[in-house]
Amino acid sequence: MAKGFFGGIHPDYHKELASGEPVKVMPLPEQLIVYFSQNLGVPSKPVVEKGDEVKKGQVIAEAGGFVSTPVHSPTSGKIKSIGLHPSPVGTEMEAAVIIPDGEDEWAEGCDKERDISGFTPDEIKNIVNNAGVVGMGGATFPTHVKLSPPEDKPIDILILNGAECEPYLASDHRLMLEKAEEILEGASLFARAINVDNIVVAIEKNKPDAIEKMKNLTAGRDRFRVEALGVIYPQGAEKQLIYAITGRKVPTGGLPMDAGALVQNVGTCFAAFEAARLNRPLIRRVVTVTGSGIKNPSNILARIGTTFRDIVDFCGGMTDDTAKVISGGPMMGIAQYSLDSAVGKGTSGIVLLKADEVAQFENNPCIRCGRCLAVCPMNLDPSAISIFAERMRYDETEEYCVMDCIECGSCAYVCPSKRPLVQHFKRAKAEIRKRSKKTG
Amino acid sequence: MLAAVITLAGLGFLGSLGLAIAARVFAVETDPRTEEIEEALPGANCGACGYPGCSELAKRIAEGKACIDDCPVGGQAVAKEIAGIMGVDFSGGERDVAIVLCAGNNENALKKYHYNGVYDCVSADMFYGGDKACSYGCLGLGTCVGACPFGAIEIMPEGIAKIISDKCTGCGKCVEACPKDIIKLVPASRKLHILCSSHDKGAAAKKKCEVACIGCQKCVKAAPEGAIEMDDFLAVVNYAMEIPENVADECPMGTIKVYDSENSLKQAAGGGS
Repeated sequence: MAKGFFGGIHPDYHKELASGEPVKVMPLPEQLIVYFSQNLGVPSKPVVEKGDEVKKGQVIAEAGGFVSTPVHSPTSGKIKSIGLHPSPVGTEMEAAVIIPDGEDEWAEGCDKERDISGFTPDEIKNIVNNAGVVGMGGATFPTHVKLSPPEDKPIDILILNGAECEPYLASDHRLMLEKAEEILEGASLFARAINVDNIVVAIEKNKPDAIEKMKNLTAGRDRFRVEALGVIYPQGAEKQLIYAITGRKVPTGGLPMDAGALVQNVGTCFAAFEAARLNRPLIRRVVTVTGSGIKNPSNILARIGTTFRDIVDFCGGMTDDTAKVISGGPMMGIAQYSLDSAVGKGTSGIVLLKADEVAQFENNPCIRCGRCLAVCPMNLDPSAISIFAERMRYDETEEYCVMDCIECGSCAYVCPSKRPLVQHFKRAKAEIRKRSKKTG
Repeated sequence: MLAAVITLAGLGFLGSLGLAIAARVFAVETDPRTEEIEEALPGANCGACGYPGCSELAKRIAEGKACIDDCPVGGQAVAKEIAGIMGVDFSGGERDVAIVLCAGNNENALKKYHYNGVYDCVSADMFYGGDKACSYGCLGLGTCVGACPFGAIEIMPEGIAKIISDKCTGCGKCVEACPKDIIKLVPASRKLHILCSSHDKGAAAKKKCEVACIGCQKCVKAAPEGAIEMDDFLAVVNYAMEIPENVADECPMGTIKVYDSENSLKQAAGGGS
């Protein structure tokens, strides 16, 4: 069976900075900025107004459609204002500023332990949906949608994604060490929802303690298997992971369900466990705060809506020469211009770097060396696509399958001309989406 | 030998007879005016009229399916010529030119981050709306320059787009290309402009840019009624009306500029100075 994929790179991982730090619970900050739209797909619809009192776990934005999830208040308090705020995903987004009242009081019905053994698949989907659970690896795709494949696309394998191939990040690693049992419980729920009894826990070999822990826990449980993966970026990307585990390829433009697989991040499994067992909506997550630019690299359990400023302060503050703050990992993360950005459901880490660690793009011409072709895990031709995109020939970028680009950044990492390749592809994708909307 | 010559000559005669008949039977009637109109059009094939090229527009004008002044590039002069060919009267219509309604350059407008990426406004706009603190302002990366078929736009060293009015044909390509939607087509005879597109409230706008419209409405009061109107904290010129030039003096921010006919550029680039 295949254990890898074509292409990929070996960046410096720097995982040691934070992987040994146990998860600390971040105290309640003085204010929380909660974005109304926390998922990929259809934006959620706000249902609160300025001045409203909210309870912890109360819905503040409802799902705007099927591919959408509700957003909940992370604590009890009052909504001070509603307006545009810089968000970690690179846009200004509408958010509610919540001033906590300090009581941290749950809304009625929340936080009650219950028996999960009797839930039917539909009940599980509803619970996951109502709790606002989304893909917590960073893509924030609504989980209940993944659990609802059409009848003609049978799924026969559930893969728990604990690869965490992004350099620096350790949030999934810590969660697997500290909440392994809960993760497996959550995974069992997913397996029941899609009627699958083949569950693979996929972890990169650079996390031997997590592999060991999972192996011990799954020993004697036939449905589970732990798979140690080679250390290569982007091993944790959905399509690459499915190929490494099953040898199946997701067709172009397709979803994992087209290859008969369902991939769930370990953090998503934990969130689903909390939603089902404890009736707690998704209002907090583990965030790795790391890099040479932060005084005390840490893993913290932060509420959704905690500002980066509060988190940086909690971790001892920035060093004097910090030059760049990234939400997410250095490969796929988004640079932040303001510490007023706040943790969203997809914020797996905050990486702070010094000036000499930050690569600068130079926009030099492509020298056709072909290195990007050798590393692209999707077998695309980044060189040609970027040249077409530069000349605004978007029809050609589409012919060259730019829509299949997973924006992993491997091409830009190896490019000797330091071309901002992924940015070219993002632009081309946006243009193509705009055109297809126009034509129908 | 003789037989071969006769056969070939005979074949040739038959073939030409066939062609001669086909030419009569399948003749395509063309309007002789089409060619004349095409001669009169600029021949840039820029597509600004909405048709694939000048010949297509010429055909449509001759057929009466397009107006004689549909070529925005040729403007009045071409429209008059076409009117002559078509035998109709042409009067009125004024040349439009494009103008960038922003004066916030690198010196007088605040930046929120250091942008290092694809040198293109649309790409920059996808990342927090670009590096300008003002979310409405010109990003100065020259997407409009690339879109202009006539070389009428320059990016000034201060980092803002300027339009060379003399070269501008009013085709509107830049208006479409600008992700900030701050390029407008205005009648070429109008010289007074409010060079700001910010709908931020006064205090916020002032914080981000030294030459922003703060919505104080002094110009609205000084101008004839209806000539300058407020739209969500921004004063907007109604180009249908004449505005006396001294209204510009009322503006406390220096946002209102009066262009002279020769060098509209320098003033635009000068910003708040």
